[in-house]
Amino acid sequence: MAEYKWPEAEKRQHIGKRISRIDGPDKVSGRAKYSYDINRPGMLYGKILRSPYAHAKIVSIDTSAAEKMPGVKAVKIINGKDFELQWVGHEIVALAAETEQQAEDALRAIKVQYEKLSHLVNDLERAKAPAASLRKPAEGVDGEPDKAFAEAGLVIHEGFYGNDVITHCCLEPHGLVTEWSDDKNVMIHPSSQAISGIGGELARALEMPASNVHAHMDHIGGGFGSKFPVDIWGIEMTKLSKLAGGKPVKYFLERDAELAVAGTRPSAYARVKVAAKKDGTLVAWESDAWGSGGVGNIGSPPYPYVWKLPHQKKTFQVVATNNGPQRAWRAPNHPQAAVITMGAMEDLAAKLQMDPLDFFLKNIDLTGVRANVYKEELSKAAEMIGWKANWRQRGAGAPGSTKTVKRGLGLSIHTWGGTPHQSDCDILINGDGTVEIRMGTQDLGVGTRTTLQIVVAESLALSLNTVKVTIGDNKLPPSGASGGSTTIGGISSAARRGSIDALNLLFEKVAPTMGTTADKLEAVSGKIQVIGDATKSMTWKQACAKLGVTPITTRGKQPGKDTLATGGVGGVQMADVSVDIETGIVKMNKFVAVQDCGLIIDLKTAESQVFGAMIMGVTYSLYEEKIMDDATGKMLNGNMEFYKLAGLRDIGELQVHMMTGKGYDERGVIGLGEPPTNSPGAAISNAVANAIGVRVPTIPLTPARVLEALAKGGKG
Amino acid sequence: MSKSDERLIETTNDTSGVKIDPAVSRRNFLKGSGLALSLPLMAAETAEAAEPAVPIFGPEKVAITLTINGKPLKAAVEPRVTLLDCLRNDLDTTGAKRVCDRGTCGACTVQLNGKPVYACSVLAIEAQGHKITTVESLATGDTLHPVQKAFWDNDAQQCGFCTPGFVMACKSLLDKHPSPTDEQVKLGTGGNLCRCGTYVGIKAAIAQASAAMKKGGRA
Amino acid sequence: MHNFEYASPTTKEAAVKLLGASWGETEALAGGTDLLALLKDYVVTPKRVVNLKGIKELGGVTYTAAKGLRLGALVTFEEMLDNAALKANYAALWHAVAGVTSPQIRNMGTVGGDLCQRPRCWYYRAGYGLLPHGEDGKPLVADGDNRYHAIIGNSGAAKFVNPSSLAPALVALKAKIKVYGPNGAREIDADKFFVAPASNEQREYALAANEIVTDIMVPAAAGVRSATYEVRQKEALDWPLAAAAVALTMDGKTVKAARIVLGHVAPTPVLAEAAAAALVGKTISEDAAAAAGKLAVANASPLSRNAYKVQLASVAVKRAILQAAG
Repeated sequence: MAEYKWPEAEKRQHIGKRISRIDGPDKVSGRAKYSYDINRPGMLYGKILRSPYAHAKIVSIDTSAAEKMPGVKAVKIINGKDFELQWVGHEIVALAAETEQQAEDALRAIKVQYEKLSHLVNDLERAKAPAASLRKPAEGVDGEPDKAFAEAGLVIHEGFYGNDVITHCCLEPHGLVTEWSDDKNVMIHPSSQAISGIGGELARALEMPASNVHAHMDHIGGGFGSKFPVDIWGIEMTKLSKLAGGKPVKYFLERDAELAVAGTRPSAYARVKVAAKKDGTLVAWESDAWGSGGVGNIGSPPYPYVWKLPHQKKTFQVVATNNGPQRAWRAPNHPQAAVITMGAMEDLAAKLQMDPLDFFLKNIDLTGVRANVYKEELSKAAEMIGWKANWRQRGAGAPGSTKTVKRGLGLSIHTWGGTPHQSDCDILINGDGTVEIRMGTQDLGVGTRTTLQIVVAESLALSLNTVKVTIGDNKLPPSGASGGSTTIGGISSAARRGSIDALNLLFEKVAPTMGTTADKLEAVSGKIQVIGDATKSMTWKQACAKLGVTPITTRGKQPGKDTLATGGVGGVQMADVSVDIETGIVKMNKFVAVQDCGLIIDLKTAESQVFGAMIMGVTYSLYEEKIMDDATGKMLNGNMEFYKLAGLRDIGELQVHMMTGKGYDERGVIGLGEPPTNSPGAAISNAVANAIGVRVPTIPLTPARVLEALAKGGKG
Repeated sequence: MSKSDERLIETTNDTSGVKIDPAVSRRNFLKGSGLALSLPLMAAETAEAAEPAVPIFGPEKVAITLTINGKPLKAAVEPRVTLLDCLRNDLDTTGAKRVCDRGTCGACTVQLNGKPVYACSVLAIEAQGHKITTVESLATGDTLHPVQKAFWDNDAQQCGFCTPGFVMACKSLLDKHPSPTDEQVKLGTGGNLCRCGTYVGIKAAIAQASAAMKKGGRA
Repeated sequence: MHNFEYASPTTKEAAVKLLGASWGETEALAGGTDLLALLKDYVVTPKRVVNLKGIKELGGVTYTAAKGLRLGALVTFEEMLDNAALKANYAALWHAVAGVTSPQIRNMGTVGGDLCQRPRCWYYRAGYGLLPHGEDGKPLVADGDNRYHAIIGNSGAAKFVNPSSLAPALVALKAKIKVYGPNGAREIDADKFFVAPASNEQREYALAANEIVTDIMVPAAAGVRSATYEVRQKEALDWPLAAAAVALTMDGKTVKAARIVLGHVAPTPVLAEAAAAALVGKTISEDAAAAAGKLAVANASPLSRNAYKVQLASVAVKRAILQAAG
């Protein structure tokens, strides 16, 4: 039976090298076609009338005027009379017209009468929420927290930590181009993190056979966890297409709707009490927390994060708000948990007058099975940022501080799973020597195409450009949705197995010619040879020529024999910031990340994932907040002017170190997209606290909040 | 391009008959004709004949010609249609992306007479007579422009949706400042935003492209 | 956006005739960076848009030591950024230009457009009016999310902040705005150009609906040291949270005359006369600058969520003074 395990380090031709992404030229040249770029013959433009109120009942809808507007081809009520709208942007009517402008004009001709109902859109001040918005708190106890806290001689810190609601802000909004190819079949070009599954989901909604929906997507302009479902607009636009005689309909959300309804990362606020012995040994944790992800339920962030304290008492309460529904946001709940936990830990260290690095190391065994990984990573990160040279006691100001600009350092550790998802692929070896991998996966910009090419080329000992990669279609062998950092493990494992099986079939085909048996052959640098004997070889092309016109095809699968991918990572980040204490503006000086993820397939795109997570982290730490207006219930910053993202010069100097090689490669491939997203809020918030001597409780760390914290001087 | 071509021909024919209406009156202002002469709005019927007439276009579709990447392209659009939407919807030139659509994010960056602008904030009709350069014109076949090559080499793209706009902004920066200072980089890139977080790669790409273009790479 | 008819005149006389006599009928288009957003959001719904960019006489930058600086209304931010005489003689203006870190905005945005752009107040942009009221008739700003709103001059209905990047510098440098309308040309002092409207139908600048800005005249500034300091959270394009422009006429090391103007803190740029007066006769020091900063915000009356801006404005004044003094 075939051996699939990854090649030893010294034998790797491509794996672990820095390889440029294969779709780079398409992206930099503007040739890459995203679904938003698809133009189809006779295409109509869809628009959706959305609720202007955060909570209201529809009294009546009159679409008659809109139906008569020029160019309008189909109008459909999504949610009609008596429907209770739950957030601003909730869908009411969909329509399609020949031009986008006509569609917009028609939208404005729809008359809706509403009965306004009371709403709640913010939950930072839980005390102000009406009882009806408060769900029953979930409670959890480990060990004997009350007894533990009562122990004599403890140092106890109490504090408040918070994360406001933010949104995904994918640059390509949610949406699709949809059409009826004939009266039974639908073709969609969605912007989706789940190309294999989205067709079936649409088919279920339309009560039609799954195989009658064809979904295709070459590129996607960002997802971050928000683009799994087909969504109500996917379903309604497909219905509109039918109403319009099957004509293609393009619908992508306007930016304000994208920000308001297509992604809410839940808030998380917590009052924390945490205790340690005088020597810094962590003892007990207590927290009372709440958060909101719209009207629905959400889970509690996993705090105390990473640290498994022996005694814990926790409550978490969901506050229902009239906000767009929550969607998974890159490592759901972990960044929030990190801010709450690591903030409390650094504050406790400050109270103990301990260097938080020493405090973290002192308690490192409480991190569990990866304690040694964290130890190595903490040491590496400390070296990269010059922790020992630059860190000073809280409020003392790191070297370089002036009267008005205070510098500080902070750190955080994190974790994530990233176990592989299910995945199938087909491997084709053609008679002309070309190779193709076909898989119903999607490349979110993480390098999926590139890593598939690397794995197949590595497994067959070929140059990269011999391998064609075909993905992004639900007619290809199914592969899991890209979420939870499960993709790289799933796809690389399946590709590896399929490639090895295909290679063995090729060996069987050529072995007789070479006067040997398949088990005596190996592939080395574009040749098939007798194991260890380069004199008995034939080129890859010569070998494939034996196939004639019938290619070898194999199906590679994950899961399968041999463990090629696992889950569970650590990760450490340290931030160095300067805070202008007169303006409250925080600037990043330096930010370092040390990250493990098992065996790395492409070091270049792997590092890019970490850089990207850190930059997204700077952005959510300093700038991002979905600002909801209490009076109107609307998102006030539903644009990119006041929903602020960091620019190229706002991020400081970034450094990434990937933990690879012995001790790491053996874990197999592990997902990476999410873990490095988890620590930035905590590390940056801790750095700011270190710089200015007081905690700014809630992220984003805006000038107003920094100045307020300074004015309070840590009191209240 | 199938669809755009079809519609283009149709609509261009539709409006080919547009001509200056000598009997213009204020009614045109409200009702609109394809093209009319200007009149003071309040001085309804008493046009002063002395001044040369200013043609008024729209609000219906107007036949326009845009010079895009050196080629004259025809479209028929209402005056309210932006250059970006005209490029994407009418001319199937989709390199420039619609993201914020309010002149903030830079994903729609094109050059107008060699200078970077937000195509979402220019009306298609006012872009006539100007030289419009889009990202599609930079590469020659498979040969990438040094800025594009540098973006690829330095992994300055992830999802890639901001990339065409960023490439145009960085090319514009280097067109103007072949060896940009820190301040010039700040002032040359502050109009573009990326969500995936590719700035480390973009910074490196600017440095690489600057060096390559000075060495005589194609500018 | 609603559809409109479009004209692109080549003379200011023709432009003025194409514009309606009352606000709302027509809009003048210059750089477009603001107008297109307003149109897309239905904040303005003109029946006609008059493109001014074809009017050649509205362009050009000229500078003489005797007469000072003349900017055509259509001069772009990028032209100003690249103008050596402007940078050398009107630092406050140049700083304000360089504060717009988007090259796209600088290539499109014009001086005239900067002065006539509409407030960024998010209630206004969401369709609740320039002096925003909810459907129940209650004013939205005073009890709402006013974190970016006015801290000075906000006792009336107007609580937005003037968004112009250049206004503080132009007021500090005693610029005059030349405008042209049906009755010919007139000149307005920069500090009289901006007004706090008392109704939704009024505009926040002293133009009639059928007038256009044609030139900005900045007097010769020999012996004047000036600076603008903007408090911006990001280096990438970002609105100032507060700004100050300062023009100091020096007699050796002593301040002979001073003008201090606050921006982004009130419905109009605010001339801080007491703060300026306090500087006269003094040598610039950190303490003197800080004291002037404090005086400049002495009459601030922050709203429920923007008290932090008082400090920012004060610091902006201090830093602008120190920067101007070099």
